[in-house]
Amino acid sequence: MSTASAEKTMYEQIGGQPAVEAAVDLFYRKVLTDDRVSRFFDDVDMDRQSAKQKAFLTMVFGGPANYTGLDMRRGHLHLIARGMDDSHVDAVIELLGETLAELGVPAELIGKVAAVAESVRDDVLDRPAGSAKGTRPGSSNTAAEKQGGCGSGSCGCGKN
Amino acid sequence: MSAPLGHAMSDVMIKFETESGSHAVTLSAGESVLDGLLRAGHAIPNSCRGGACQACLMRATSGAVPAAAQVGLKETLRAGGYFLACSCRPAEDLTVSLPGAALAGTPAVVKRVDLLSPDVARVLIECKEPFAYRPGQFVNLVRPDGLVRSYSLASLHRSEDVAGHDEHLELHVRRVTGGRMSSWLFDEAGPGHAVELRGPAGECYYVPGQPERPILLVGTGTGLAPLYAIARDALRHGHTGPIRLYHGARTVAGLYMVDELREMAAGHANFEFHPCAMTEPGEPVAGLRVGAIDAVLKADLPKTAGWRVFLCGDPTLVAGLRKKIFLAGAKMSDISADAFLTRAGA
Repeated sequence: MSTASAEKTMYEQIGGQPAVEAAVDLFYRKVLTDDRVSRFFDDVDMDRQSAKQKAFLTMVFGGPANYTGLDMRRGHLHLIARGMDDSHVDAVIELLGETLAELGVPAELIGKVAAVAESVRDDVLDRPAGSAKGTRPGSSNTAAEKQGGCGSGSCGCGKN
Repeated sequence: MSAPLGHAMSDVMIKFETESGSHAVTLSAGESVLDGLLRAGHAIPNSCRGGACQACLMRATSGAVPAAAQVGLKETLRAGGYFLACSCRPAEDLTVSLPGAALAGTPAVVKRVDLLSPDVARVLIECKEPFAYRPGQFVNLVRPDGLVRSYSLASLHRSEDVAGHDEHLELHVRRVTGGRMSSWLFDEAGPGHAVELRGPAGECYYVPGQPERPILLVGTGTGLAPLYAIARDALRHGHTGPIRLYHGARTVAGLYMVDELREMAAGHANFEFHPCAMTEPGEPVAGLRVGAIDAVLKADLPKTAGWRVFLCGDPTLVAGLRKKIFLAGAKMSDISADAFLTRAGA
């Protein structure tokens, strides 16, 4: 058991709900203007899309999330049908990292957030667990690791 | 529990309670409560069928209402089991009824109908009881035969905090070809005709407290009505920040109240009015911007960060503008959009 005063959760460290609020517009603008993924986020109902972004960010920040792996799978099936694949998940994780860097979140935390995002890759792409590239020990190609999860700072995570 | 004969366990049953008794309707797969009840021959008021106008408001007295069917409703209504029938695709059986007397409309009469342009009418409504609203919200206008349509309020309510209000409620109504309500308002309704008002609803209104905030108001057609209300509401609250109103139409003939708005701009240093038309008019119109409204906006306001934005009018344009204005820097939570849907089949 940790003492309440000493340890903050990842979510608290990033800044909790206010951090989500600050990040969502920035992140949403990035995905809307990135040709690699914009078509998956371009929805006439921007309120609903924005709400989904908030839920996603809350989850990857380590906040309260009500998704099950099954929800993630079902929720993205229509995008898989439209051609969503690993490259798009890579792009989203990259844009997530950029967003957090712009908000001044420390690289180490960004790495943790990216790792959470990475952990749902198989669900998002509706694949058997563990089939994503780079999830087996020893591999070093995941976008999450490129974000600074390696901890050494040598992968360029501080570029933003 | 076993299902009634002839129904699979997965069928959802709606028990519709009325003064004349209870009626059971089984929904087809994916069918909304509204569609199911209409199919069974019940007259449920409805208009936009898109979850916006709230004409199809009903109440569930048992059964769980999906959250999607309560979007836009005030907290108290949600807690009370009220929902929008057109957006309600329940997973379980519901017992429903139309809103009771407590939510019945406010009786009112048509005071006057004037033409603001050949196809836009200013309809003044006198309420028989106090009717609270915020300038820019919309109401559901109910005709004696039950026909319901939504219109935004262009008027200023009597406020306890600031002076300056309009005596009557003001609606701007466009004559819609084949439109049942607009035809009635233009051609038949006159002083003294009884109507009912339900609502108000909607998030497009001025919130005092940040008098220096820059405000951007963009509308097409009768989308001008709520924007005109918001601008005047801001000014009577002593708003000091810039207030910029862009009103667009395909041609100059689609604009209205141009002189009135120009005068308003002349009388207030922080209020700017920009009429816009896609095509050059035959006769010059002072201050007219020619071109697509989003192009005009982009030229005038390439960066929108910090602006409070209200968008009203044609749904496609509103959606496109919202995206562009958001991408140009305005916060999502600072953009209020009210898309004016014309009822299919009018």
